[in-house]
Amino acid sequence: MSTYMAKRERYQNRIELLQGTLDLLVLQTLQWGPQHGYGIAQAIQAGSSDVLQVDTGSLYPALHRLEKQKWISATWKLSANKQRTRVYRLTAAGRRQLASERSRWQTLVDAMAGILARPQESQS
Amino acid sequence: MKKRDAELRDELKSHLDMAITDRIARGESPEEAVAAARRQFGNLSQIQEATRDVWGRRWLEHLAQDVRYALRTFRRNRAFALVAILSLTLGIGANTALFEVVDAVRLRSLPIADPGGLLEVRLASMDGARGAFHTPHESVTQPIWRELQARQQAFTLFAWSRASFNLAEGGEARPADGLWVSGEFFNALGLRPARGRLLSPEDDRTGCAPRAVLGYGFWQRHYGGDTSIVGRTINIRNRPIEIAGVAPPDFHGLEVGRTFDIALPLCAEAVLSVNGKGRSEAGTTWWLMTFGRLKPGWTLDRATAHLAAISPEIFRTSLPAGYPAISVEKYLAMKFIAEPGGQGLSQLREAYETPLWLLLGIAGLVLVIACANLANLLLARATAREREISVRLGLGASRGRVIRQLLTESLLLVTIGTICAVFLAGAMGRWLVAALETSNRTITLPLIINWRVLGFAVLLAVATCLLFGLAPAIRATGVSAASVLRVTTRGASAGRESVALRRGLVVVQIALSVALLFGSLLFTRTLRNVLSVDPGFRAEGLVVAEIDSARMRLESDRLVAHNDLISERVRSIPGVQGAATVAVVPISGNTGGNDVWPETNTSARFNTYVNFVGAGYFRMLGIPLIAGRDFDARDKPDSVAVVIVNEAFAAKLGGASAAIGQRITREQTPRNPAKTYEVVGVVKNSTYLALKDDPYPTMNYAGTQDQPYPDMQLMVRSSLPPTATTSAITAALANIDSRINVDYTIVPTMIRDTLVQERVLAALSAGFGALAAVLTMVGLYGLVAYSVTRRSTEIGVRMALGARGSDILRLILRETAFLLAIGVGVGVGLAIAGGHTASSLLFRVRPYDPITLLASIALLAAVAFGASYLPARRATRIEPVVALRTD
Repeated sequence: MSTYMAKRERYQNRIELLQGTLDLLVLQTLQWGPQHGYGIAQAIQAGSSDVLQVDTGSLYPALHRLEKQKWISATWKLSANKQRTRVYRLTAAGRRQLASERSRWQTLVDAMAGILARPQESQS
Repeated sequence: MKKRDAELRDELKSHLDMAITDRIARGESPEEAVAAARRQFGNLSQIQEATRDVWGRRWLEHLAQDVRYALRTFRRNRAFALVAILSLTLGIGANTALFEVVDAVRLRSLPIADPGGLLEVRLASMDGARGAFHTPHESVTQPIWRELQARQQAFTLFAWSRASFNLAEGGEARPADGLWVSGEFFNALGLRPARGRLLSPEDDRTGCAPRAVLGYGFWQRHYGGDTSIVGRTINIRNRPIEIAGVAPPDFHGLEVGRTFDIALPLCAEAVLSVNGKGRSEAGTTWWLMTFGRLKPGWTLDRATAHLAAISPEIFRTSLPAGYPAISVEKYLAMKFIAEPGGQGLSQLREAYETPLWLLLGIAGLVLVIACANLANLLLARATAREREISVRLGLGASRGRVIRQLLTESLLLVTIGTICAVFLAGAMGRWLVAALETSNRTITLPLIINWRVLGFAVLLAVATCLLFGLAPAIRATGVSAASVLRVTTRGASAGRESVALRRGLVVVQIALSVALLFGSLLFTRTLRNVLSVDPGFRAEGLVVAEIDSARMRLESDRLVAHNDLISERVRSIPGVQGAATVAVVPISGNTGGNDVWPETNTSARFNTYVNFVGAGYFRMLGIPLIAGRDFDARDKPDSVAVVIVNEAFAAKLGGASAAIGQRITREQTPRNPAKTYEVVGVVKNSTYLALKDDPYPTMNYAGTQDQPYPDMQLMVRSSLPPTATTSAITAALANIDSRINVDYTIVPTMIRDTLVQERVLAALSAGFGALAAVLTMVGLYGLVAYSVTRRSTEIGVRMALGARGSDILRLILRETAFLLAIGVGVGVGLAIAGGHTASSLLFRVRPYDPITLLASIALLAAVAFGASYLPARRATRIEPVVALRTD
């Protein structure tokens, strides 16, 4: 799905999300309570200070994929301005998945940081 | 599915709405907000597609979508769909029907337990066999069977033979299909009775009180499936026989194509015979077929070695006394072998296997021609749909997706066609089997749609679909979207490549049609040649009466008078022009043959057919006497033994007049010592065995010099219709004695029945040939019409520049001539190869017969130009102004 984003690139400051990263962000966002698709996109964008732009073409496949995995569940609700929206919430399995994803992400970040923080003496 | 789609659409729409609302809240103008939100949102349908992908039912959904779309297309083009489905139904149906019959006679195993384990134990060669043969298959005599049974240890072995049982008590015969079976028969085949019990070894003891097992169909037909049948009696050959049980429903014996009504143990053959001994003692009556299963612990190799080891002993002990000296050595050298027997025996198979495979091949070629037509139709449609397809490609559909969609249309056509075909095939197969039946051969051949037949139909369908669907689909999607959308001129985008493909298809059609027409002409000529064979006698009005007076138990001196009385009474029936006894009815399939030589010249030995005929036989049949005299009152049992020979025989003796008076010695036979006869007459050649045979030496003994038999064959010529003749004879015989049995053969019908193969081949190949020609005509018409449309501008220009109608006609027909030339070139090669394959089925026409070949080419050329003429004429009427304006 990320390739779609690459093709339709329009914002210079946008960072392409790694495969699977969006799933983690969605789960993380839903940790704070049920939310609809638009809300999730907005929350990720705001949470990253507009660095991460969530492409709708990736978001909805991701939501439906997570739903199929039974990590999140969805119900139709009326929003504040009386609009019918599909609201997603984290399931118990989703919570466990989030925990394991987080620790894997942390391992990855530490590893990356370790490599990137090494002095760049070999270059000169 | 639909609900889920709607929900997804709602969900995405709510997303967009919220985005717009937010933007307006942030102070953007509504127009700006909508545009910006849309831009950020992206392509709605692409998001939908991507999300649906996650659901994971995409291909199924696509298929449903494609099918829906295809059905809609068919509704719009009813004629196209109808033509396509009809030709597929006929094409696949004909192939499946033929395959069904091939499967039934050739491929299928007998409906018994473990058919693969059933072995036939037969003689490797019948070279040393002399005497009377009751089956065209390898068989053994009763003494050989007894020796084999006693000496072999490898098999659970049984013997059987076909039989005909007369159920009538006097009067006209009611023959039933019978089986003689040895005690182990049912047990070794692993059959369970439908009622009562089947025969066991205890039922098959010499001098037995025979018990009968009924065939299931016979039980249903004659007794209405009466459950109290066991223990009742049935009259067979005028003897009441107790019914032991009924065989299972699907068991028809070991002969494919034939069924049995009644099975009796082998021991009953002697019990039911007139002399009480039957064939049992005769070591020269070859009638038993032996089958068996290996006993535990035996392998086929070991069993074969075992059979080879015991064979010499079997033939040494079974050698009949007085066996013709010349054949003794060969008899002793005979040997048993074991072969797979799970498919049973079949005269039907031996006679029709080659023609059936050939017809299947022909039907396959017709299907290919039909495919070429469909491919052409689809190509034409693809050209018409070029815009639609390029728009879809332009909107982002992948090429594979569009090909899949086009193939779905083909697949749908084939699926509908195949389903119809499988139903049609049943009826066609039954019709074909019925066409092979004759007045004295009913064929019992259960046609079952089994996995093999179904698999064949499906395979055919897939191959067909790929054959006619794939090329057009690939072609259709090969156009670049831009070029089609840019060019607005009608037809200009139809590239040369597409036209070349369509021409290629028509060339294939022409080539195959030439071959098929050639084949059908060969078979038609074969039939005509056989029909025009002069048998040498007049068959109309001839009836053979087999008259059996055995139940009267007359001594031989009274028998002669009795038989004379019968002949006399029959001759005096009004309308009967003549009657004469005959031992071997010509063209009946029965034969008798011996070696003979001039008495003083043993080295001039040659083979001859033999027959016993009564006085007046030749005159009645219309066979002219060339030299000498006919049999008459002079020829008594104790006078000089005389014969009348045919021209072919006389030719061996130096011609007709030289033959008269010569003395001919006939070799020793199993029953008679060598004997010398005087030739008293020579008759013109006439057919003895088959219409296709060349004249062969034939020697006729005087019927009056033969010993009298209680069963005689009387050939009768009558001006009455056959049924009137037979009922008059039956009445006359009943007048003499009610115990006389009689059975009839209508000679013209019998002769016609021998030509079933030629008839069926000629009819079916002509049908297929005509179908091929029509399909090719349609294909060519379509191509030429298309080409005229495509070139209408060019034609308009030519006409504007002064070309006349005839010039245009020539221009268009030149294309046909070109295609015809290539097609015929290829087709002639195919035709000659095909004719070579079929050469064994042809009669008096060479498999490469140039006149027939020219005729088929001429026929196809006529078809081709006929098909092209209409559209070509249309081209000559093109108005230059109109043609030029349309651009």
